[in-house]
Parts: sequence; structure tokens; C-alpha cells
Amino acid sequence: MTVQQISVFLENKAGRLAAAASVLKNNAVNIRALTIAESSNYGVLRMIVSDPDKTMAVLKDAGFTVKQNPMIAVEIDDREGLLFDIVSLCDAEGINIEYTYSYVETASKKAILFLRFEDTDAAVQMFTRRGYKLLSPDEVCKI
Amino acid sequence: MIWDEKHESMPRTGLRELQTERLKAIARKVYDNVPFYKSKFDALGVKPEDINTIDDIAKLPFTTKDDMRDVFPYGLLACDLKDIVEIHTSSGTTGKPVVDAYTQGDIDLWGEVMARTLSMGGVTADDIVQNAYGYGLFTGGLGAHYGIRRIGATCIPISGGNTKRQLDMMRDFGSTALTCTPSYSLYLAEAGKEEGIDFSKLPLRVGFFGAEPWSESMRADIQAKLHIKAYDIFGLTEIIGPGVAAECECQDLLHVFEDHFYPEIINPDTGKPLPDGEKGELVFTTLTKEGTPVIRYRTRDITYLTREPCPCGRTAVRMHRILGRTDDMLIIRGVNIFPSQIEQVLIKMEGVEPHYQLLVERKGNLDCLEVLVEMTEDLFSDELKRLEQKEREIEDKLRDSLLVHSKVKLVEPKSIPRSEGKAKRIIDKRSI
Ligand SMILES: [Zn+2]
Repeated sequence: MTVQQISVFLENKAGRLAAAASVLKNNAVNIRALTIAESSNYGVLRMIVSDPDKTMAVLKDAGFTVKQNPMIAVEIDDREGLLFDIVSLCDAEGINIEYTYSYVETASKKAILFLRFEDTDAAVQMFTRRGYKLLSPDEVCKI
Repeated sequence: MIWDEKHESMPRTGLRELQTERLKAIARKVYDNVPFYKSKFDALGVKPEDINTIDDIAKLPFTTKDDMRDVFPYGLLACDLKDIVEIHTSSGTTGKPVVDAYTQGDIDLWGEVMARTLSMGGVTADDIVQNAYGYGLFTGGLGAHYGIRRIGATCIPISGGNTKRQLDMMRDFGSTALTCTPSYSLYLAEAGKEEGIDFSKLPLRVGFFGAEPWSESMRADIQAKLHIKAYDIFGLTEIIGPGVAAECECQDLLHVFEDHFYPEIINPDTGKPLPDGEKGELVFTTLTKEGTPVIRYRTRDITYLTREPCPCGRTAVRMHRILGRTDDMLIIRGVNIFPSQIEQVLIKMEGVEPHYQLLVERKGNLDCLEVLVEMTEDLFSDELKRLEQKEREIEDKLRDSLLVHSKVKLVEPKSIPRSEGKAKRIIDKRSI
């Protein structure tokens, strides 16, 4: 079970992030979670959105370079040390995490970790085997 | 198809005789009618009667771009102003523009040499030529126009720019041939792809591209994307505009229309003529122009010539596509670099498009070359380390080819100015 992440290439120039954000706003794209990875010259805006295909299309139309890739969305109780637990589990199983970011639901006291793996299939198997709850695209839309 | 069999396939001995006669006449004409040339000839102690064969051309003085600017606007005129029917100039972005003043005879000549050019790519009266060179002072638009008209083909004088309309015209009118700059042809291909145009289904079959340097790999790219045969054409405002040299159906070297524009290759440092096959600065003398004839114009373009027979049957000397510019050539840490080398490297790399710009700066005492390369979907990754890997990979390939280190920076697509005219490839911020 994976969800789609949208990545957008952004030069580190004034107004580029705003330009991307305005495309998202004008097309009523619902962002569930996002993070920006930066180098000195450019950044990559990474997002989990309600409608990945439409989001891809509208950003492409606006001239942005975009890409989709599968992420794993793990839902867990929000508590201290949970990142450590997940990371050490992956380490123990020899599964390499590329990066991760999270979403915290204050009402339900649940956290959702979005994880990018080199080998997504292996990671899905591991989490499933260990009884973790992986969210479907529909479930992510509802958060 | 050979437009002017008699002149284009003339036995070389006959051609030399014709050139000798024409050189004698033009030397006499400029000496008698252009004070600028009279003083140049006199300074070297050379007289028109010293010309006995075409090889005596080496006795004549050179003309530089600065010379042309010094005598702006009418200083090269060899006839009465009333006989001039049209004037073109260069853009003059780096100083006073260069002026080309045409008599009716010159305009007819221009149509002839452009008719030869287009015939090389098989254009006939049956063709519809979309002329996307800029019309106006720039010689590209009208030069191509006169050639298209001379052949009797249908001309769509759309001029440069307005990409959407270019694509519409191409589809609606069924253009079979395209004339524009090579970078604009790629821009059209991209824009057409975005609009969902399948170029393999259009009647377009041939293109004539010039006015900026391009490479063999860019040709492959244009041919694949537009589904046409792409020919390199060459010309310069200082001589006549387009129509000085062009590739024949062999798509290899460019035949110079040397019965009208006599080429030489010289050592740019000493001014001494170089033999066939040796690279040096290209120099042109107009043998038949009436309005503003030019003696031994130093183009600052680097290439070489060959008189080896061409399979197409034309006997005219051939030049290699321009290898670089004596002035556009970048010297970075003592190494000569031509933008075309960078293009070659990029076009060979998977997922990389040849849209690039060079930024040169001096940091401390060191020249720093930064190469901006546009991001493509194939290159892009959500992981920064992969993007950085790509940059390093391009840097390594560039270093292998250029022999100097450069810093590659990925930039957003279409952020490098291009398209309408000449791509702005180099920004040199060094003040030396
Ligand atoms: Zn030939």
C-alpha cells in the first residue's frame, strides 16, 4: 500500500515557491503534507495531495518540472520515540530510508509518517509483516 | 537539385578565370569609387593593376568590422546612392551597426544565391516555405524571401516569433519547408509537442537553419523532433546576408558560392593565408556586389576549406560549419572553449536538452565557468542527492571535453532566454 508524492523543482529565486503555491491555490489542490528539501541553488517541494494526477497536470501546464513517486504512509500513535522505533526497525531489516516527514493529527493523537524508500516494495512487506497500519490514498485524502 | 548548373558545377580552371576577372574588376571599382579602399590600397602600396590572378587577392588589404563601423553609414558605397534600392544593417548591439546597401543587381544576386541554397534541400516551385527568419533590417527574413520568390515557391512571410501562430500556419497551410534559426526550430518542436502536434504527420520535410552556430548533434535532434531534413546555411550581413554558403544534399560541408563570394582562410594572428584543410579565420571578398563591395572581410569565424570533389557534382569549394569565433571563443584559464563543445557534451547525455548558458566570472585571479543547464523531466528526481549526482556527472563529462573544470547548475525549464533570435549563450562578467 503506497501513496503518491508530487515533487516540484524550484530554483532558489524570489517568487518561485509563491508561483507554485498560487498554481495549487488556483486549482484548489488540497495539500495533506509537505516539505522542502534545499540545496544552495534549488529546492524540491515535496507534497502529499488529495488528487496527485490533477496536481501533476496543473503544475506541468504552468511550466514546472514535476514527478510522482510512491511513498509509504504509516499511521501510528503519536508518542515520544516513534521516529526512533521506525528508523531502528528499518536499520535492523537493512532497509534504507531516503527521507521522511510527518503529519500529526492533534484530535486523534495519531501521527502519520511519510517515508521514501529506495526499495518501496521491501518496506511495504516489512511494515505489513510487523502489523503496522499503512494508509491508502483514499485514507490520506481524508486526513 | 542544382539551381545554376553552369556556375555551381563549373570546372575549377574556368572558375578561377572567372574569379580572376571579377576580382580585377572589383579591385578597380573600389579603388576608383570608395575613398576608404583607395587609402587602404595606397597604404599597402597596392594598385588594382597588381591583380593578375585570383591568388593576388593576398596583396589586398583586409576589412574589419571596426573599419565598417568607422565609415558608417555610407562609407563603403561604390555607386550612386540613388542606385541603392534597399538597406539592411546588423543589430549593432556592440557598437555602430554594419550597413549593407543593395542595388537592384545586388538584390537579384541575393535571390539567386538563396535560390541555390534552397534548391540544395530540394525546394522547388511546388513548395510552401514558412519563412520564420525575422523580416526587417535583419538580413535573414528578406534574404530567404527573395530566394523563395526566385524559385517560384510559395512564401509564407511569417517572420520570427509568435510560436503559436507559427504552429497553426504550419498545420493549416501545410508548409513543406521551414527557414529560421536552429534554436528556434527546436523551440517550435518543443512547443508543438506540448500542443500535441505529431510532426511526422505534417507535410513539413525540410528546414534551412542559420544565423547562429549549431552542431551535428543538434541537427540529429532537430531532424528527429521535426521529422525533416535539416540543412545548415551560412551568411553574414557584412557580405550579403544569408546565401554565402550552404550545405548540399550530402549534409556534410557547405558549398561557398565562390563565383560571387571568394573565401580565404588566414592565420588570425599573422594574416597569412592558410592551405586547404587548415583551420583559421574565414575571410570573404565580394566579387560581384555593386552597392557595398567588400574586400577581404575578416569574419572572425573559424573554419577550414576543402576543394575535394563533392558527390553532388558541384565544384564550388566547401567550408566546414563554423567551428567557433575568434571573438566568441571563450578563453578560460588559458584554454579555448567554444559553446558548440558544450552543446556536444549535453546533447549526448540522456535526459539532457541542449539548453544551456555559460556564465564566466573572475573570482580573485581565477576564471570561473558556470554552466546553467535546464532541468528536464527525465533529469528530475525528488532526491537532492540524485540531482547533485547529475550535476557532477555533467561536470565530469564537460571537463573531459573542455579540459577545464566548470560548475554545473540545474535551472528551471525555459528559464534560459532563447527562441526568437539568437540564443544568448554566453554571459562574460570578467572585466579584464
Ligand atoms: Zn555537394
